[in-house]
Amino acid sequence: MELSEHIKTANVEDVTLRRPFHPALRGTLCVTSHHLLFSDRKDEASWQLLILLKNIDAIEKSVENLFGYPRAVGSSGTITIKCKDLLVLQLEIPGMEECLNIASSIEALSSLESVTEMYPFFYRPSHLTLNGPWGLSSTEQYYKQTERLWDRWRVSTVNSDYSVCPSYPSAVIVPREVDDDKLIHSARFRQGGRFPVLSYCHHRNGMVIMRSSQPLTGANKKRCKEDELLLQAVIDGSELGYIIDLRSAQQAQQARMTGGGFESKSFYSHWKRIHRHHERGKVVQESLIKLVEACSDPSHSVDRWLSKLENSKWLSHVHSALSTAGLVVECVERDGHSVLVHGSEGTDNTLLVSSLAQLILDPASRTVTGFLCLLEREWIQAGHPFQQRCAHSAYSHARLKQECPIFLLLLDCVWQVWRQFPLALEFSEALLLRLAQEVYASNYGTFLCNSEQERCAAGVKENTHCLFQSLLRPDIEEQYLNPLYEPTDLAIWPSVHPQSLQLWTGLFLRWTEYAQNMEEAREEVWSIVKEHHEQAGPDRTNNTLSTHCDTLTSFENLMDELTIL
Amino acid sequence: MEHIRTPKVEQVKLLDRFSNKSVIGTLHLTATHLIFVESNSTSAQEIWILHHHIASVEKLSLTTSGCPLLIQCRNFRLVHFVIPRERDCHDIYSSLLRLLRPVSYDELYAFSYNPKQNDQQREEGWQLIDLAAEFERMGVPCDQWQLTDVNREYKVCETYPRDLYVPITASKPIIVGSSRFRSKGRFPVLTYFYQEKKAAVCRCSQPLSGFSARCLEDEHMLQAISKANHNSRYVYVMDTRPKLNALANRAAGKGYENEDNYSNIRFQFVGIENIHVMRGSLQKLLEVVGTRSLSMTDYLVGLENSGWLRHIKAIMDAAIFLAKAVTVEGASVLVHCSDGWDRTAQVCALGSLLMDPYYRTIKGFMVLIEKDWISFGHKFADRCDQLDPDPKEVSPIFTQFLECVWQLTEQFPQAFEFSEWFLIQIHEHVHSCQFGNFLGNSQRQREVLQLKERTYSLWAHLLSEKQNYLNPVYSPSFAESHPVLEPSTQACHFKFWRNMYHQYDRSMHPRQSILKQVLTFKESNRELEGTVQALKTKLQKFGVSTSPLKPQTPPRERSLPPRPQSLILGAPLLSRKEVQQEEDEEVFGEEAREDAPASTDGERTVEGSSATENGYGELTGSFGSKNEPAVVTLEFGVARMTC
Repeated sequence: MELSEHIKTANVEDVTLRRPFHPALRGTLCVTSHHLLFSDRKDEASWQLLILLKNIDAIEKSVENLFGYPRAVGSSGTITIKCKDLLVLQLEIPGMEECLNIASSIEALSSLESVTEMYPFFYRPSHLTLNGPWGLSSTEQYYKQTERLWDRWRVSTVNSDYSVCPSYPSAVIVPREVDDDKLIHSARFRQGGRFPVLSYCHHRNGMVIMRSSQPLTGANKKRCKEDELLLQAVIDGSELGYIIDLRSAQQAQQARMTGGGFESKSFYSHWKRIHRHHERGKVVQESLIKLVEACSDPSHSVDRWLSKLENSKWLSHVHSALSTAGLVVECVERDGHSVLVHGSEGTDNTLLVSSLAQLILDPASRTVTGFLCLLEREWIQAGHPFQQRCAHSAYSHARLKQECPIFLLLLDCVWQVWRQFPLALEFSEALLLRLAQEVYASNYGTFLCNSEQERCAAGVKENTHCLFQSLLRPDIEEQYLNPLYEPTDLAIWPSVHPQSLQLWTGLFLRWTEYAQNMEEAREEVWSIVKEHHEQAGPDRTNNTLSTHCDTLTSFENLMDELTIL
Repeated sequence: MEHIRTPKVEQVKLLDRFSNKSVIGTLHLTATHLIFVESNSTSAQEIWILHHHIASVEKLSLTTSGCPLLIQCRNFRLVHFVIPRERDCHDIYSSLLRLLRPVSYDELYAFSYNPKQNDQQREEGWQLIDLAAEFERMGVPCDQWQLTDVNREYKVCETYPRDLYVPITASKPIIVGSSRFRSKGRFPVLTYFYQEKKAAVCRCSQPLSGFSARCLEDEHMLQAISKANHNSRYVYVMDTRPKLNALANRAAGKGYENEDNYSNIRFQFVGIENIHVMRGSLQKLLEVVGTRSLSMTDYLVGLENSGWLRHIKAIMDAAIFLAKAVTVEGASVLVHCSDGWDRTAQVCALGSLLMDPYYRTIKGFMVLIEKDWISFGHKFADRCDQLDPDPKEVSPIFTQFLECVWQLTEQFPQAFEFSEWFLIQIHEHVHSCQFGNFLGNSQRQREVLQLKERTYSLWAHLLSEKQNYLNPVYSPSFAESHPVLEPSTQACHFKFWRNMYHQYDRSMHPRQSILKQVLTFKESNRELEGTVQALKTKLQKFGVSTSPLKPQTPPRERSLPPRPQSLILGAPLLSRKEVQQEEDEEVFGEEAREDAPASTDGERTVEGSSATENGYGELTGSFGSKNEPAVVTLEFGVARMTC
């Protein structure tokens, strides 16, 4: 079925649009295969609103006169559109039939499942070309750039045809002394074939963060020699490594009943296992739903609000993610030991913790480029199933399948770190907000599909533009930069006292007046910093001024002499 | 000094409140302060605690490492010492018990504090705030409002100031009659005049109406207030108490205005709880946030159960109601509670702040506090437990007001000239008894104490370090476009004020401060501008034009795009002079690279933080402290600000 066949009514005139904190507007509404377009009717400087249909999470329609005469005078309908970026719009559409048509088109077109029908495959802006490189880096390039890896680590292409692990990229970094054969065995022993691979090597002491999925020890405590050897090779003679298991000890035990399990002390004698409970999947998705619901009802009393905020558990997830990331950093930076992180599947919380730990540890991941590279490496290439996880956001009435806002949780945690270290990150909150939007609905192909393998099969790299590339163009928008950025080499340990963590108002209260005040204040900060740079100059090497002063002094001397004479 | 038995104890351990960390140091006890000096470390921290700040001292049971002493302060500092010998501990304990309970005003720090100023400077300090000038600024006296001398000798109401403003139609007999019908004689008087609509904010205490009593003079008084405003036919009477409390008061011969007896009033209950509820609420809040390894759930549940933010919102709601009635409807409003010095002060002050941008400046905020809190007799001595403690009288009423203002600064980051450190500093000194402003319960008492002759004014002190309290993103043009603030009262905008209630728990603070950084930038911008000006005048004095110097400027790479050359790029042509100026600035701008490192090096605080304080658990404690980057020190040395 062609996309356009879903569109029964493409154009409606005299539609009234209501947005929060804006006066109502009248104009024309258009539905295209991928967009909802609203345009007010003023001739010059007409104002337009363009919404990706994929951004629409839920649509509610209320039609007056539903059972009366069609096209009766004055019959009209209202569509409420709830977007994945948490914006809520209302459209009053004259004519009941049109209203129902529009609603059903939106419903059909916003829930397309086929990747190649999605908008990134049609997005062709004039300033971008498809010939450029897609993505920022590859495993091989990363390895090449990271000299400290060369000695003990190698790039393995054992997964080049994605047969060893369907969700891993074609190349991964593993200990040099472990051959591909052992990797294959280890992969068979790990859920989804996600054998332990290198995630990060610390620039100070060479200790590493590895990640994997759970071992398939099962009820009768199976073991895998190759897996044990692989981990032994990771710590290479040092006496200890830490396994951070993102499940409670009890959950890990229970996992054995379904074929999963954990690394037992007797077979992995040099590894100390620490359990940290993290919620996953549906629970986290429901947290988001509850939180957004709590935020969108302005009539709550303080008590009710706090109780709803607590009940959503969202901040508890933020708290545990940052605590565990802090724990990993503690192991690596202070204790000087390597760490293996995994939960069950190793595609969600594992990535959350490992990437947060890197942000805390590694100054390179705090620049715009570094952060985007981190996301590419640890989320896109590492096989976070974006398509499944971000199919729906907080408003959808659809039955939940695999949705889980783990990536949003990461952005929230990064925001918390920025709150506590406002000078340490080169990027601004605006970049995080942009990512939060793009991950659910995008013109770009970056967040499409669930793994490298799927992206290859769908031809994503050939037929879509890369978000990260476009964000990094030389004219990168100023709003994505942190005006106060001052790089630091130190680890930035966030405080995880509940009092130090806050609701991310920039995201969850994004469409309020409050956000506007914040935006104005932010602009003021920019202008102060700019003025400072203009007056003080960004570099300190130039000594024009001293030349200038010298001249002045000689003048003064001259004057003095003249006076004496 | 006779109370101090042991002035110095060595080898005292200071335990961190939220982690297992501790430091060893020496404890000194002086007549005014308890001082802890960390030993052996190079950057030895010092903790100075003013005796007046101590709310309670507790001696816990003896442990193997010594005798623990727990000190809780009114500025929310909590220190936990372990003193090796029990005897020393007991000496310190009993000395403190005596020192923190001064028996007469003369013992308060303000009477011994001497900032090395002469009498003239001190007098000037006290003259900074002039309330008569403030009423003049509002446009009072005017054709409807006049100054009355009825309270010149404090005969009508001893908790009111001498100078009071009333409607011109309110004669002395009416005033006196009305005052007899009001609790503590606090009859309706003007506190803020909204010139644009000629609407007045008046304040008083509850009427002694009981179940049926009425007073013609009081009714006349309200009538006079109503008549003074031609914009509105009615006057709002806001009873800031919950209705139930007001009803209960009737049984004691007090109560509220009966709408049948007063013509043209609109009566409204607002429902702010009394001082006892507020005291209990803060106590609960502090208990919750003082818990070690607090979980997010317990934190949020505790925050809810304490009710603290609910009370803050209630005050804010009342102030917004007041501001709306005055600015939108143009109606005059009479505000009262029971005695008219707690909730009434909160609502009047906060309401005025919403209506008048002047009160959002540093000077204006001082005026506001001086007017609605100090002069109208908020009982600082009782509420802040300065002397002769009656625990039932202590209540964080003023703290709540400061917090409401903070909540507003969070919603309107550009509306206030001051930052939260100004509010925190004021809070510190309300309890420090270091300056005379907040001593005593009423103006009359302050006069008896001769505070202006014997103590110094806090306002002069704060203004002298104004730099520290500026809000760098303050925008006067915001005030012009938003003369009246309309805050959102959505519950989610009410946040826990960490920097107040955890101001001394450094591990909880952001490790880097936007505020400080931007302030530094702004300050250095100002200095550079000054330098440019100075050099320019110098050059002019020599009659030298700067243009000959220009060729000496070597071509250079700039990471910022160069200024557009107006001729080439076709930008609007600047006048010759402006071009000249721009060139000058550009040349002098280089100076900063050489001479003004303060903005980047000197002042820079250390980034990073230590792991052990963050409570990730599990591994903590097993690590010795390696060379960890230090935590950022508190913004402006709040920790030592009383010294």
